[in-house]
Amino acid sequence: MGAARPAFAEGGHKMTGLKDLMQPHRIVMMLVFAALVIWCAFALRWDWIPKYAPLALEGLWATIWILAVSTVLGFLLAVPLGLAQAVGPWYLSIPARTFCTIIRGTPLLLQIWLLYYGLGSLFPQFPWIRSSELWPYLRQAWPYAVLALTLSYAGYEGEVMRGAFSGVAKGQLEAAKSFGMPRFTMFRRIWLPQAVRNVLPTLGGETILQLKATPLVATITVMEIYAVSSRVRADTFIVYEPLLLLALVYMAIAGVIAFAFRRFEKG
Amino acid sequence: MTGLFELLGLGASAELLSLSGWGGNLLRGLANSLQIAFGAFGLGLVIGLFGAYGKLYGGKVTRDLLAIYTTVIRAVPELVLILILYYVGSDIINKISEGLGGGRVEINGVAAGIWVLGVVQGAYATEVLRGAIKAVPAGQIEAAKSYGMPAFMIMRRVTIPAMMSFAVPGLANLWLIATKDTALLAVVGFNELTLETRQAASSTRAYFTFFLAAGFLYLMVTLCSGAVFARIEKWARRGQPSLRGGTR
Amino acid sequence: MKLKALLAAATAAAALTAGAAAAEQVKIGIAAEPYPPFASLDSSGNWVGWEVEVIGAVCAAAELDCVITPVAWDGIIPSLTGQQIDAIMASMSITEERMKTIDFSDPYYNTPAVIVADKSMDIDATPESLAGKIVGIQASTIHQAYAQEYFKDAELKVYQTQDEANQDLFAGRIDATQADSIAMADFVGSDTGSCCEIKGAVADDPAILGRGVGAGVRKGDDALREALNKGIAAILADGTHEKITAKYFTTSIY
Repeated sequence: MGAARPAFAEGGHKMTGLKDLMQPHRIVMMLVFAALVIWCAFALRWDWIPKYAPLALEGLWATIWILAVSTVLGFLLAVPLGLAQAVGPWYLSIPARTFCTIIRGTPLLLQIWLLYYGLGSLFPQFPWIRSSELWPYLRQAWPYAVLALTLSYAGYEGEVMRGAFSGVAKGQLEAAKSFGMPRFTMFRRIWLPQAVRNVLPTLGGETILQLKATPLVATITVMEIYAVSSRVRADTFIVYEPLLLLALVYMAIAGVIAFAFRRFEKG
Repeated sequence: MTGLFELLGLGASAELLSLSGWGGNLLRGLANSLQIAFGAFGLGLVIGLFGAYGKLYGGKVTRDLLAIYTTVIRAVPELVLILILYYVGSDIINKISEGLGGGRVEINGVAAGIWVLGVVQGAYATEVLRGAIKAVPAGQIEAAKSYGMPAFMIMRRVTIPAMMSFAVPGLANLWLIATKDTALLAVVGFNELTLETRQAASSTRAYFTFFLAAGFLYLMVTLCSGAVFARIEKWARRGQPSLRGGTR
Repeated sequence: MKLKALLAAATAAAALTAGAAAAEQVKIGIAAEPYPPFASLDSSGNWVGWEVEVIGAVCAAAELDCVITPVAWDGIIPSLTGQQIDAIMASMSITEERMKTIDFSDPYYNTPAVIVADKSMDIDATPESLAGKIVGIQASTIHQAYAQEYFKDAELKVYQTQDEANQDLFAGRIDATQADSIAMADFVGSDTGSCCEIKGAVADDPAILGRGVGAGVRKGDDALREALNKGIAAILADGTHEKITAKYFTTSIY
């Protein structure tokens, strides 16, 4: 079983130059699109935007923040998970493999609810938790959101890293060994950089998939951009406009991520 | 250990999960989830096959439109797509039916779920199948053409059987995504496994018991599907040289 | 292509649709998330509760062939305008804001909104005492609208269901919640709710809190609205409403 998420990177389109865009059928399509946008701007209701713009910006910030933190932490967790599965002894590889299987085999929504409401249902049984220093964090929703998304990213990426570590040519490691390189230096200087380079093309896609997972945390009261659009819908009963705008916002973020990773790969 | 079980509220689990208790609800939810996943996967395959052919052999406009379809679907969160497609889908169907002079069409939850997830699956299936078709050696298709086979027969007798072995791993992934994406339908109120779980959990307050039980069911589906797809892959590869020893 | 279809549908949604004839099946939308004691699932998967019985009685009195259709609360109005359901009977209060989008039948029950908090908390139902506190509310409810208007100094946490807000009140993640008095009386009487008590009713604001709970129908669907009105009047007159209420509550809720 491969990674149970589609690879976003494959089948990606090459950057289209200006010349490509100027083909007749594309010009017609762009005109149709422009007409649609203009029609949207006038025929649909957008009067709610000024009122909710500050909230939307906060929500956007929350989305990006959660995405960035969970991706970075998740990747840091994925390295040992991948390493344990690729070369670890059985008492490390079996737990690592089990973790990845469980994360990849169950819906993220269920994981989020289990963490938030499941753990929450335990609090009343331990009165001391409420007087501990961690309580101000434990009672908020975002730590659970970040934890759930981090574990999820680590689960998927751990599987990818396993392949990446196994994919580094044996000869290089043997050469390093024969030079008398200590094991940690070998890992730091040869093994890890090559493995990371191997997974870089898939990382952009995985990050976009992670972005697509972030709206799920709205179900545990985190006020990110999806939750803001739900609030607009609840307050004004306008259904399609906030959803359309929301889809555009996600496409824009996905575009920025794809562009940034492409740059990163080249540079 | 028993103390821990009691603490997590797992003590009365056996009773709560019995078939006459809430266990029956969970299994009904699972049946709904699987039904939707099967339907969506099937619809996704059909869309994907046409999409892949369109992307490979279609005209310029078809190709651009398909590129927009797959890009949009793969950049927008499933949750948002589900909401848009769910509300829009029934609107369109009713409008068409009214336009044709018919009455209102009954759209049941399962059909709506299949439509919504099927459209999402179709975008991914398009990419998987496109890659697989491209991997079929061109000579095989040309040979079929030179024998005078009609296009549809080439597709049925040559392209599809030959691409199967390339497509199966990707399709296995898509199937797993389909089963897990059914959970998102809980947010629009479908009685699939995740919503049944939430209802049971909040009615009994045994959050851990039910979320763990549901997680176990999903995991079983994943593991069983993995075994089934491994067999399918073996079958699809029959007669081909072994790929073992390759890098992947 | 898709975008075009989408926009066509958006206009379609805005357009008003013709009503359902009384002879065909009427889909009564209720919230898919349990809302005891009004509507909740039993372990064999049947919907039970005060409102479920009232729906049955109203439909019988109005001679409508009703089916109960659970829909996510958060999207229940779009489901009505999108024709997935024909009427909403899900403890939905009749408010000015909602009247802009849908029509309502006559009210069939009415209860005040209350604040519930931990017994040890020194809180009452005023904006001053809730300032700086975390208040949990259910999305798309009159309580959300009210809290956003009056409890500006409190931190608001929005839940998809009241049940989740109650769970978090029990877990101590929120300091208080605002909800319907009957549902809350049921909650504080339960094991989980034993932590908490009703601190009092919020000051009334009919513009936001509405004038009782009615059945929501699509704008212009007068045939169904009239039929439901007739049914509601009939069960109020012949004592059915009272009989059902007595099974669940000690006081009248009309």
